[in-house]
Amino acid sequence: MDSLITHSPALIVALPLLAAFAIPLINRAGPRVRDIFNLVIFGFVAFFVAILAVDVYSVGIHVYTFGATAAELALPGGYTVPVRIMFEVDGMSIFMGIIITTVTLASLIYSLQFLKGRTGQARFYSLMMLLYAGMMGLAFTGDMFNLFVFLEIASIAGAGLAAYRTNMADAVEGGFKYIVISAVSALLVLFAIGILYAQYNVLSIAALANYMQYTTLDMMALGLLGGAFVMKLAGVPLHMWAPDTYTVAPAGTTPMILAASYTAMYALYRMTFSLYGGHIDTTAIGWIVIIIGVLSMFIGVMMAVHQTDIKRMMAYHAISQGGYMLLGLGVGLAVIADPVALANYGRDAMNGGIFHIINHVFYKALLFMTAEAIFFRIGTRDTNKMGGLARNMKWTTAFYIIGALAISGIPPLNGFASKLLIYESVLRFNPVLSVIAMFVSLVTLASFAKVFYSAFTGPPMPAYKEVREVPKSMIIGMSILAVLIIFFGIFPGLIVDTIVAPATDALINQASYINAVMGAVP
Amino acid sequence: MMEHIPLNFPFLAAALLAGVAFYIIIFKRNLIKLIMGIALLASAVNLFLVALGYRAGGNAPIYTDVPPGPMVLPVPQALTLTSIVINVAVLALMLTMVVHIYRHTGDIDSKKSRRLKG
Amino acid sequence: MLSKIVRTVANQLFLFILIFGLYVIVHGHLTPGGGFQGGAVIVSGVVMLLVAFSSKDLQKSLRERFLSIMESTGALIFAILGFAGIGTVFFYNFLVGTSIFGRIPPTGPNPGDIWTGGVIPLMNLAVGLKVIAGLSAVVLAMALFSIGEEIEE
Repeated sequence: MDSLITHSPALIVALPLLAAFAIPLINRAGPRVRDIFNLVIFGFVAFFVAILAVDVYSVGIHVYTFGATAAELALPGGYTVPVRIMFEVDGMSIFMGIIITTVTLASLIYSLQFLKGRTGQARFYSLMMLLYAGMMGLAFTGDMFNLFVFLEIASIAGAGLAAYRTNMADAVEGGFKYIVISAVSALLVLFAIGILYAQYNVLSIAALANYMQYTTLDMMALGLLGGAFVMKLAGVPLHMWAPDTYTVAPAGTTPMILAASYTAMYALYRMTFSLYGGHIDTTAIGWIVIIIGVLSMFIGVMMAVHQTDIKRMMAYHAISQGGYMLLGLGVGLAVIADPVALANYGRDAMNGGIFHIINHVFYKALLFMTAEAIFFRIGTRDTNKMGGLARNMKWTTAFYIIGALAISGIPPLNGFASKLLIYESVLRFNPVLSVIAMFVSLVTLASFAKVFYSAFTGPPMPAYKEVREVPKSMIIGMSILAVLIIFFGIFPGLIVDTIVAPATDALINQASYINAVMGAVP
Repeated sequence: MMEHIPLNFPFLAAALLAGVAFYIIIFKRNLIKLIMGIALLASAVNLFLVALGYRAGGNAPIYTDVPPGPMVLPVPQALTLTSIVINVAVLALMLTMVVHIYRHTGDIDSKKSRRLKG
Repeated sequence: MLSKIVRTVANQLFLFILIFGLYVIVHGHLTPGGGFQGGAVIVSGVVMLLVAFSSKDLQKSLRERFLSIMESTGALIFAILGFAGIGTVFFYNFLVGTSIFGRIPPTGPNPGDIWTGGVIPLMNLAVGLKVIAGLSAVVLAMALFSIGEEIEE
């Protein structure tokens, strides 16, 4: 068991890759064998994530060195810099890992019956496993170049999945926009990695943080990295690709592409908090993050109100809620140098922002799944054409109500807990920002209520009289997320203490991140 | 002749290529030209990576039958190789998508072939 | 389909390209090259055959099922070689010191010895196999796509 815990970071990324390569061969034995294979492999991976989480929360930062003589051997004998590729798993990394694994499990079960009658199913699951491996590698990595490689793996797999339904013209267009944005953003990241390597001659994040002197070239590298990751997480003003891509991706994959965007947000936080840390002018950079967050919140919800396509509206809401997370962590970054303010409201702001990531991914995934369930049964996403679906699709209506209440911040669901944390702490920082956040929340509730009245209630349209409920696997996939939403809403304190507070500590405490690698004794 | 070229020359060339590539990506509407712009940006970044490893008078960083003397840095060359491989995959994916868009809409002008609006 | 001279010369030249590509793959740990580079050289030979013969003729000899199996096998061998060293760490070079590719080269300039490198030459071969299958499938699919047909499942 100990050796399983030691090797778990490598197994979590390597097992899905092995599965992705083996699925085209196993597919020749039949679709049932392939589905069972997928679920078995993913069960193992979820088990490994669970034991790694327990280990990180109880022991500390978990370092895994590839190709050395022992897994924790970051500095081989006689070296003062780490020369091998490493995974460094701290509280924030395993937090993102938990989010990604839960969403992928729900998507996998949801997709089992969604794909009936389509060709190329083996490649769909292969791409899904590749996307999962890419996201987990991005969350766990401790090396700059590995960050670039896993970012590209996740982007290519995500674009392939988004354009999966090639018989529809708009699906291919959404996938094309995603791959163009991802390619440009990844090339900017590579440019910044080149600049950092040219100055310090190391690629490991902890070693770079140790040797960092904040020269002009480093400022350029920070600008490039920040711009690239803001492009990837659909922050305003570079958000144009998000509505198109989230709308056209097939059912189980929209939550995963969403999780990929928030893993890019995690990479942004890793750069600003752990790589640059105490050297940058955190007040200025924090205010830039806050302004991007406020713009995203406002513009996202304003564009969402007048949409008629249900998934496009949810995509604009995803942009808007991303602004909440940027606002919370931006406030935390702005006060990180001031210990009094940090203890008063900085930690609460960061707790709120990080808690909002997991809440948002869960309820937005549930909402996207209900929208695709409607599309699966009636073949359209236009809310003007829907009506009276609550009579026939009872489970889907119930899940939509749970998701809509959660996103508007109504107690006792999970959105309320994280939004309250953000409102209270941001109010003590700057009252104007908190008022804007509350206004955005009101408009969110209004737009979801409007869609509920037009799509689910009202007299049933004659064309939809025989519409039945969606298949069982889709209901099971949605109910996993719904149960977690309700659980997180009833016990928010438990979740904040167990999962969120270690993540906040891991981001604030740059010294422990560096020492886990540089202080390692051979 | 070689010693009269300033050592900054490859970096200036990489910056110029990147500038041209950004102009193409932002302002050109033909989808194939957009893909060419991304390929040009990839070439600029690859040139920058290889150029930053150069040491004056160095040999290739391989031990097999190498003449004595200093060597250039090998790590940026490994980064460039990985970047080339990834860009091959990305460009193949983008070209396939453009062929699909052309089949559906009959046009590769990004203004005329847009179906998702608003 | 081009003229008879071009087709005959292409048939003969493909053998030389194949040998050169395999040389680049196998000597990846001594001279510049390796899995991807050698695989790309061999795929350029396949492209030459594609241009000389028409894509529909090439599809009869290079079936999609064969390419898919070759690609998955190459990738699986790579992953299994990574897992094989898991007793120590993942990707541990467990063949150093043993008889298969296990000699340790001297540091500094030396005439290259091909039996060194441990697990790296085997990984080069696996990656080369995958790259040949993958890039050939991409090139063939694009050629068929542009004349209006799809590659068979």
